Amino acid sequence: MLVVTCPICNASGDETDFHYGGQAHVRRPATADPLNITDEEQRDYLFIRHNPKGLHFERWRCDRGCGKWFHAARDTVTMEFKATYGITELPPVELMKEAKGPWADYFKMRMKEKA
Amino acid sequence: MKSKYSIFSLARNAKNYHKDWEKAWRSPAPKAEYDAVIVGGGGHGLATAYYLAKNHGLTNIAVVEKGWIGGGNTGRNTTIIRSNYLQDSSIAIYELARSLYEGLSQDLNYNMMFSPRGVLMLCQTEHEFRAFKRTAHANRLAGLDCRMVTPAEVKEIVPIINTDPNCRYPILGAYYQPRGGTGRHDAVAWGYARAADALGVDIIQNCEVTGITREGGRVTGLSTTRGEIKSKKIGVVTAGNVSTIMDMAGVRMPIESLCLQALVSEPIKPVIDCVVMANTVHGYMSQSDKGELVIGGGTDPYNNYSQRGSFTALEHTVTALVETFPIISRLRMLRQWGGIVDMTGDRSPILSKTEIEGLYVNCGWGTGGFKAIPGSGFVFADTMANDRPHKIAEPFGLNRFAEGRLIDESVAAAVAH
Repeated sequence: MLVVTCPICNASGDETDFHYGGQAHVRRPATADPLNITDEEQRDYLFIRHNPKGLHFERWRCDRGCGKWFHAARDTVTMEFKATYGITELPPVELMKEAKGPWADYFKMRMKEKA
Repeated sequence: MKSKYSIFSLARNAKNYHKDWEKAWRSPAPKAEYDAVIVGGGGHGLATAYYLAKNHGLTNIAVVEKGWIGGGNTGRNTTIIRSNYLQDSSIAIYELARSLYEGLSQDLNYNMMFSPRGVLMLCQTEHEFRAFKRTAHANRLAGLDCRMVTPAEVKEIVPIINTDPNCRYPILGAYYQPRGGTGRHDAVAWGYARAADALGVDIIQNCEVTGITREGGRVTGLSTTRGEIKSKKIGVVTAGNVSTIMDMAGVRMPIESLCLQALVSEPIKPVIDCVVMANTVHGYMSQSDKGELVIGGGTDPYNNYSQRGSFTALEHTVTALVETFPIISRLRMLRQWGGIVDMTGDRSPILSKTEIEGLYVNCGWGTGGFKAIPGSGFVFADTMANDRPHKIAEPFGLNRFAEGRLIDESVAAAVAH
């Protein structure tokens, strides 16, 4: 059983009190450039999943509390929640450093945009 | 040459107090190079190796497995075999598998105890009833031996079922595949391993792949915990761990790994002689030859590599089955376990070449891979041997995700996803 705490309203409960929303930090390419999107970009957005054994960034919804969506960083082997944070926010810096694959690129890009 | 298993070999060995049975397969050290290597020693991987050797004459091949063969999902499932899917391409591959299962014990000279005891899929809502009727029509057009049955017939087939029309999810009918059933899952892995080994295939256990070496656009071999193995053809058949392995070759997969659990009760006298799947309430049940009720349900919704599911999913499954079979309410459960299943977006498998020459992938069987083992191995071996998709494997290519040509079984597969 997972014990989840909502970072918005601080409600705590097991996974039945929350709703899992899959991989987080995926950018929809058609939003930026709807006319020039390729089939491969659309495939990556819709179907390709970063599916690591270890640190996973994901979305959850606080079903029986405030109803808000939020982000979580969780280990897919130990099930430990490393952090939860708002839906528009980035994970804590040390977790961004640990991130691999497309997430690492995404966080770098977002940090550049911020700077 | 291996000695054949038969009543005579049993009698001969009984005389020697069973001390002289030869090992069912060798445990060779990996060679430096093979013509083809299969990563993953589950049912699908072993079947691929067997058909590569038997149908395509490739005998200088190896299966590498990080644990022991059949220790993953092949030994963790609820052993249901059926082929009544909705889409034509699904019907083709699952029915090929089901029909191969019929003669598999003879083909492998290993009793995998295929028991065509019938699979009954309950309709517990109007919507489910209509959906199964649609599947029934599709299956009849494809020539499958399946039919809809009434609640009275359901009661006749499974007397312990609750057909009270006033319960929360009353049984409105069922979709019945009498030629479906169950098999002995470990024996499928062991039988394929023994038969492949007899044809010269090296089965290398406790050998974890740590890297896939490439040169230009093609594979050249594997790095493993037991050294480098060269090969120009590599087939990745690693179910829940497929993303991890394919990452090593830089191929990103449309897969999420989830945990699916199963459990068995204490053994009781025979009470149910077919498989019952209750998909609206998420639970399915059959009885093993030992008398245990074998129970499965839905996956936990979140990504998981731990092979341990949540209590929530178990409680949900058991609650549903107690309502469907009130007789089981006081049974104690003996064991529970989890396996990591590889889910695709359309809930159909992937049997495919990849953008890297010589690298093939067979995965995405999700919650329903056991039933497909012989068919999957058969067409994947053909795909690898001839470097082009087998006709039945063709629709299941990785390219379908970019082409928007999905094989949607997410509702029609009629299993609790």
